[in-house]
Amino acid sequence: MNKQPGQYFGQPLQRLEDQPLVRGQGCFAADISFPYQLHMRVVRSDHAHGRILSIDTSAAAALPGVVAIWTADDVADIPPIDFREGSVEKLAPFRQHILAQGKVRYVGDPVAVVFATDAYLAEDAADLVRVDIEELVPLLSADDAPQEFSPGLLTEATICSQGYGDVEAAFKQAHAIVELDLSIGRHTGVPLETRGAIGRYDAARDVLELHGAAKVPHRNRESLAKMLSRSTTSLHLYEGHVGGGFGVRGEIYPEDVLVLVAALRFNRPVKWIEDRREHLMATNHSRQQHHRIRAAVDANGLLLGIENEVWHDQGAYIRTHGTRIADMTCGILPYPYKVPAYQADLHFRLTNKTPAATYRAPGRYEANFVRERLLDAIAIRLGLSRIEVRRRNLIRQEEMPYEAPLMALGEHIVLDSGDYEGLLDKSLASIKCVELEAEVAARKANGELVGLGLAMFVEKSGLGPTDGARINVDSSGTVEVVTGGASVGQGFETVMAQVCAETLGVAYTKIRVVHGRTDRIEYGIGAHASRATVMTANATREAALLVRKKALTVAAELLQTPEDQLDIANGIVFRPSQPQGPSISLGEIAQRLRPLSPNRGDHIPGLCAEGWFNTDHQVYPYGVFIALARIDPGTGAVIVERIQIAYEIGRAINPMLVKGQIMGGFAQGLGGALLEEFRYDDRGQPLCLTFADYLMPTLLDVPPVEILLCEDAPSPCNPLGIKGAGESGIAAAGAVIASAVEDALGLPGVIRSLPITPHMIKDILRKSSGTPVEMCP
Amino acid sequence: MKITLTLNGNKHQVDVEPRHTLTDVIRDACGYTGTHLGCEHGVCGACTIIVDGEAIRACLMFAIQADGRTIRTIEGLAQGNTLHPLQEAFVKHHALQCGYCTPGFLMLATHALEKNPDITDAELQDVLSSNLCRCTGYQNILAAVQDARDTMRTPS
Repeated sequence: MNKQPGQYFGQPLQRLEDQPLVRGQGCFAADISFPYQLHMRVVRSDHAHGRILSIDTSAAAALPGVVAIWTADDVADIPPIDFREGSVEKLAPFRQHILAQGKVRYVGDPVAVVFATDAYLAEDAADLVRVDIEELVPLLSADDAPQEFSPGLLTEATICSQGYGDVEAAFKQAHAIVELDLSIGRHTGVPLETRGAIGRYDAARDVLELHGAAKVPHRNRESLAKMLSRSTTSLHLYEGHVGGGFGVRGEIYPEDVLVLVAALRFNRPVKWIEDRREHLMATNHSRQQHHRIRAAVDANGLLLGIENEVWHDQGAYIRTHGTRIADMTCGILPYPYKVPAYQADLHFRLTNKTPAATYRAPGRYEANFVRERLLDAIAIRLGLSRIEVRRRNLIRQEEMPYEAPLMALGEHIVLDSGDYEGLLDKSLASIKCVELEAEVAARKANGELVGLGLAMFVEKSGLGPTDGARINVDSSGTVEVVTGGASVGQGFETVMAQVCAETLGVAYTKIRVVHGRTDRIEYGIGAHASRATVMTANATREAALLVRKKALTVAAELLQTPEDQLDIANGIVFRPSQPQGPSISLGEIAQRLRPLSPNRGDHIPGLCAEGWFNTDHQVYPYGVFIALARIDPGTGAVIVERIQIAYEIGRAINPMLVKGQIMGGFAQGLGGALLEEFRYDDRGQPLCLTFADYLMPTLLDVPPVEILLCEDAPSPCNPLGIKGAGESGIAAAGAVIASAVEDALGLPGVIRSLPITPHMIKDILRKSSGTPVEMCP
Repeated sequence: MKITLTLNGNKHQVDVEPRHTLTDVIRDACGYTGTHLGCEHGVCGACTIIVDGEAIRACLMFAIQADGRTIRTIEGLAQGNTLHPLQEAFVKHHALQCGYCTPGFLMLATHALEKNPDITDAELQDVLSSNLCRCTGYQNILAAVQDARDTMRTPS
């Protein structure tokens, strides 16, 4: 493996995606329209929990321009939305129907849909649909005793457990037991573009189309085809520009299915664009968990065992991920530390809130907060520094690859490579930790509420097992890379182009990258779980190697030169030993490989190839966050003054884009740590349905992110050595900010939940004796 | 009712209902879909455009209020193939990822730099904090606008 950056690989090149986007020529979901289209508007439940007594659609139906109004009875033939990874019998009863059947279970639950010739009119009509609901007592906390979900079924859908070793013995021999009660607030991705879905049925070709797709178009096609009893070849998903994904966008929701059913039934295109109020009550929530964690440690601060009981607030239904976040929380929690005995039991409970699913770093944002709070607490308890207690417990480089007896995303965790302590040291040196601690101490002595936070984490990325790509060179020399990947704004096209350019020997600007289209390639993994770069880039490389081989073989014949004496650069095959000698362009080779070309010989037509990449294991990048935070005692506001993120990425294909991912991820993580929370009143009415109530960070809230991008531990799991980056900037953001805020307050153990609101800080300051306790450095 | 909008130098005569928002009319009746809707309640700024020289949120204006007025949207920023210095700077500094908030930020920044070519960094931070971006963490947006300001100030 060549560790040196290439001409394209490893370079901070400008993005191929940007031109249309800065010109306002993007094609987002709302920009897609078809002639003769209908507009769909969803009528949603105003109650958190209740029995539907009647739905009166007569007034709405009387409006001129209203074509139809459906309730559950009209779509009774459509099965509930299934889990992407296949049916799980035990969880099946908790799936969501596309329109509520009999009961409503959260404010926002779709109960009816209106189809009209104009979007304003559809909204008018929806307002006239009268839904009579008998209100039932809502269940609003996963901490409360489970209730009946349906006859014979409790709202505790399942308990997810993982563990190993003798936990009881560990606690018996403990020098100290540290116990914490921690919780993470309900928040989510909130992309700037709301969801949108446009269904279109082309009867001439008998093809049903879903436009506005994202994230996992190929996987969703399989699920949708099953729901609608269609062949996958007669159902196509089209991803245009996607205004942010973050895990929530691109899952199958009721509205995606409804526009397809309607397009088929009406034989007219049907367009649905979510508004922001709907988005905040209908699109997946995430994160909310309550952990009661205990650690047994010896006198040196070494972990002997961890025991964790978790309450996971799933919301009203179980959506496409099933229990994956819960499993991930339990599976990833111990790392990067060595924990000899471990047991986690998670109560997976439904409540009367918007259903929850994945949001960037699902399960890890939560677990990292919990574990790192625990490490801080152990340090305080034993009088060790927060750095030292971590250092003592880290998994060592010589223990790699480290086989962990836990599961993540259905795979056994094998930490593939890394030097955790090395990165910690680099990180401390880079931020000049000694000087920084002195500076903070001086400011504290001066009366300022300022503190340092530290958090370490292990990420996971590149879930396999297989992805493919197809590359074709046309006779102009333009290279088309067809992938089953997806772009949610992360720079997917540029990265794939860089890998193809480096491998094949063409300028990256000559490469067109196709993604998110089921009509162009049969399979695809999409963009989730930080896997696009690892999987699809390696598949692109495989395909590019095959095209390169074919180009060299043909060129060798034409130039009458041995193949091994030829190279390709800038799309030209030439002889490096004789740069002015004969050469031929890839375009000319493609021309000669056309089916009717007299020069084709016995070669299969086309300068093209399909490549596949297979892997048995995910890769595990890791990082260290250090934050400096200040508290304004007057307002209770937390100001993050500095943040340094050290991240081991194996190899960065485009460092500029990796840094972009880290910076953006951190901003979101800061939101979840300080600002963002879906709150409900005691009747289950959501209190955060506008951006004035659901607060996201602005430019004034986010400090510059100091990034230490390391390429010291390339992954042995793929030829490019790469690890993913999409979720790294957010993963330990909550953990590090909590650590810094607690240090600033000087009150050990007071930060137990996220978000850390000004109200919470004021409350802590009011209750504290006024003489802050010194924390260990 | 019939209104006339001057959009990026072109006159558009459109028939609108009084309740139609300016964004919807610009997008659906005039075909300029570069102006995006992010919240429809005036917080996110994705729909920022310039009306008679002032940066406004098009989701909070009815189309009839814009009758006879001069409107600039993202589609009018580049001169043919030549990008505006702000657009160039956004590309150079990786100031966009998904690109959804980008037109709003570009129009907001265009207005800020036209109004005060010598705008300070602190003033810029204040102006740019009025729009939301969910992808970039803002620092590259700030760097891009600062760079464009410096480029535009330099006499060529």
